[in-house]
Amino acid sequence: MTVKVPKEKGKAIILNLIGVLILFLILVILNESGALSSYVSGVLMVCGIAIIMASSLNITVGYLGQIALGGCGFMAIGAYTAALITKAMEAGNILVGAGVPNTLRFLIGTIAGGILAAIFGILVGIPALRLRGDYLAIITLGFGEIIRVIIQNLKFAGGKGFSEGQAGQALVGINRLADIYVVFWIVVISVALLYTFIRSRYGRAIIAIRDDDIAAGASGLNTTFYKVLAFTVSAFFAGIAGGIFAHYIGSLNAATFGWLKSTEYVIMVVFGGMGSLTGSILAAIVLSALPELLRSFSEYRMLAYSVALVLVMIFKPTGLLGTYEFSLYRVLNRIFHEKKAGKKQEVK
Amino acid sequence: MGTQISIFIQQIINGLKIGSVYALVALGYTMVYGIIKLINFAHGDFIMVGSYVLLYTIPIMVAGGLPAWMAVILAILACSAVGITVEKVAYKPVREKGTKMSALITAIAMSLFLENLAQTLFGASPKSLSTIFNFPNLEVGSTKLNGNTLLTIAIGVAMMIALQLFVKKTKMGKAMRAVSEDGEAAILMGINKNRTISITFAIGSALAAVASLMYCASYPQATPTLGSMLGLKAFIAAVLGGIGIIPGAMLGGIIIGLVESLTKAYIGTLTGGVITSAFSDAIVFGILIIVLIVKPAGILGKNVGEKV
Repeated sequence: MTVKVPKEKGKAIILNLIGVLILFLILVILNESGALSSYVSGVLMVCGIAIIMASSLNITVGYLGQIALGGCGFMAIGAYTAALITKAMEAGNILVGAGVPNTLRFLIGTIAGGILAAIFGILVGIPALRLRGDYLAIITLGFGEIIRVIIQNLKFAGGKGFSEGQAGQALVGINRLADIYVVFWIVVISVALLYTFIRSRYGRAIIAIRDDDIAAGASGLNTTFYKVLAFTVSAFFAGIAGGIFAHYIGSLNAATFGWLKSTEYVIMVVFGGMGSLTGSILAAIVLSALPELLRSFSEYRMLAYSVALVLVMIFKPTGLLGTYEFSLYRVLNRIFHEKKAGKKQEVK
Repeated sequence: MGTQISIFIQQIINGLKIGSVYALVALGYTMVYGIIKLINFAHGDFIMVGSYVLLYTIPIMVAGGLPAWMAVILAILACSAVGITVEKVAYKPVREKGTKMSALITAIAMSLFLENLAQTLFGASPKSLSTIFNFPNLEVGSTKLNGNTLLTIAIGVAMMIALQLFVKKTKMGKAMRAVSEDGEAAILMGINKNRTISITFAIGSALAAVASLMYCASYPQATPTLGSMLGLKAFIAAVLGGIGIIPGAMLGGIIIGLVESLTKAYIGTLTGGVITSAFSDAIVFGILIIVLIVKPAGILGKNVGEKV
């Protein structure tokens, strides 16, 4: 038996690939021609991190339907792990040299960060996901804060790191290995993986649990397993985002990973639409770029967000895009068919 | 040895002091949760509102020849007004239309709103308050007892007793209990549900204002994020005692206060410096996690089976 990809699905995949390649080409042209200042590429990097954070958080908040306020705890685990691993590799002269690209170290560190964050996701998820609703929100907030406080007080994760480390200080001297092209592809792959995950049988099980977890359990789904799975996937990608963040910003301060930062990402998910990856991506781009574009606005940013959030909750509780997903295939199809229909009318 | 005991007593008293502040704030959480089943994330920020009102009204009070603590009356009025406004403008429309999740998000949004509004209006830097109480220290044997501390504890206990009497003995208190038991049935019994909810918010916010007076008497500084951590810890206290239960909130508040004060003082020496006092916030959150896993209904709560 061979797996047969339906014709339409195959077409859609090719179309999406072409779309992504065009975007990448634009990025390359802008970057190589020098039109992309380091400031703008920094903003793009922040957008990329926010896209990964918001779309992975959407798995828990949107598709599983549970508010988790500890996202930045996992981001912190990923960031510190990735930073310490690349630091250790540089100190031990592993994979460092003329023949080896820096990106390799960055990727190894970042993926390790994601894996460790996922392990902590399982450890936190098993007790936490026995609860739901507001209690789950509070317990994840609690875990996030505990992770933050512990990292802040680890001797080897402060100062220059390892034996030269100092508790309670920022981790400094991380090589800025994050390259805009590599980050672009990490974002693309992350979003693609999340998209296929949520459309797999696992994803469908998670959505079933959101809609009615007692009924889902009665239908034979192991609800605890799927809840922890969703939480772990979120944690993994939060760790990846953390790894990128560490290698973009160059120094880490545990205080920046507090629960207020986590709420900012929750805000992105809620704005975009709980259950819409398209919405998360758009909201992540808009909400991270807007304060940069409007400097005078950034002072009133959180004030405006909070008012907008209440308005969204009153008038469209599922978020601006609801569960809508953008599909390049559908859009092109419509344009194409409309043209055809138009031609037919002309012939008539 | 004698000094060690007196240090220990000092720590216990400090714990009781901060614990009675937590207890008062936890009472607000518990009352609101009991009646609309919503964690009012903005509740901690009502304390912050109270502290800014105190900051600006104490000099007026003193100039008018009145004692400084009289400013708390204005703080109570302001906080109640803020509490009722938040409920009417944000929570009520969401409660009527949205899900539990959207109500929770709205609560988080209101908390962010109040904090950032304060930051825009008053600036991010801390502002110092003038002295509120000035009591002489009491000396019992070798132990020095701070007058302010004793007064704080006394106010806390008095407020708790008053609240318990209010809820148990008055008609309004009965209405509150009825609405929290079954909102729809309460309406059929002729209780004005929305008015009852508003009054609950007003009382909860008034307690937050009193808590701000007690807090500022010991830590005389107002910052926009003052209520954030304080509110979270008070919430933990409410969960620990059993959310929705008034004596539970008092018990939880006192326990959290004592644990915090004792861990800050002794954890370093007890664990040989592995865990230092910098972990005290993590320990408080650890208590929350243990309670939620072992007995989610809290110390005084009863486990209720889930309705299908």
